[in-house]
Amino acid sequence: MKEFLAMGGYGLYVWGAYGVTFLLLGVEMALLVNRSRKCSETKT
Amino acid sequence: MTAQSVKWFWYASPQTFYPVAGVIARWCGAAAAVLCAAGLYIGFFVAPTDSQQGEAYRIIFIHVPAAWMSMFIYVVMAFWAAIGLAFNTRLSHMMASALAPTGALFTFIALWTGSFWGRPTWGTWWAWDARLTSELILLFLYLGFMALQAAIDDRRRAERAGALLAIVGVVNVPIIYYSVQWWNTLHQGASVSLTRAPSMAATMLTGMLVMALAFWMYSIAVTLLRVRCLILENQ
Repeated sequence: MKEFLAMGGYGLYVWGAYGVTFLLLGVEMALLVNRSRKCSETKT
Repeated sequence: MTAQSVKWFWYASPQTFYPVAGVIARWCGAAAAVLCAAGLYIGFFVAPTDSQQGEAYRIIFIHVPAAWMSMFIYVVMAFWAAIGLAFNTRLSHMMASALAPTGALFTFIALWTGSFWGRPTWGTWWAWDARLTSELILLFLYLGFMALQAAIDDRRRAERAGALLAIVGVVNVPIIYYSVQWWNTLHQGASVSLTRAPSMAATMLTGMLVMALAFWMYSIAVTLLRVRCLILENQ
């Protein structure tokens, strides 16, 4: 497990790239769910 | 008018499109989750370590699909903007507006992951190289499109102005794509093309393509959900 996380010494770069990518995709989804909840509440 | 074209216009009405978009979004969202899990599994556990780049190369499993999406979404956005200008269809402009934030996001991800790959591989986070610079311009085009639409109060004028910007900016997409051939760039040439055999191991290519498919499904789902919001908000 520790070896996997280390990524042959490139851990910072690999996880820095993947972490930010999925964080941003998650933020986009959260914002969108929030927005659609809001607009369907006010219109129905 | 033929029966075929009547049907198209029927779907072009926001009211009929709304429930259809919801169903498609749900299925694409589920497909995106499954494909993403499969792609990450292949990328981290099946694909071998690269002989030259070591483990750092594993960033390409998100970098390349994100870069593809950033360009493809822009073309689709410009297409809907052009349709909206030509036929004055409300839904087309909504599609263009709904695509922009996701396109901008993938452009940013392509730049970010590229930077995290470039640091260990090239020894620099950023270079004013043709590929990198034109991709950065793409990000500004997306942001400019969104800012322009947000800045104009009259909705019709905002849509038309945004559409014009989107169509003019599409010139940048072939520049990004061919930049590695036209200029002597730090960025490497295409590893995957339709005309040549791919210059990488089969499992690496599979991982990349599965992740690309996952990003496609994600983009469709997110865009359609955003279109549904726009339909409700503009009622």
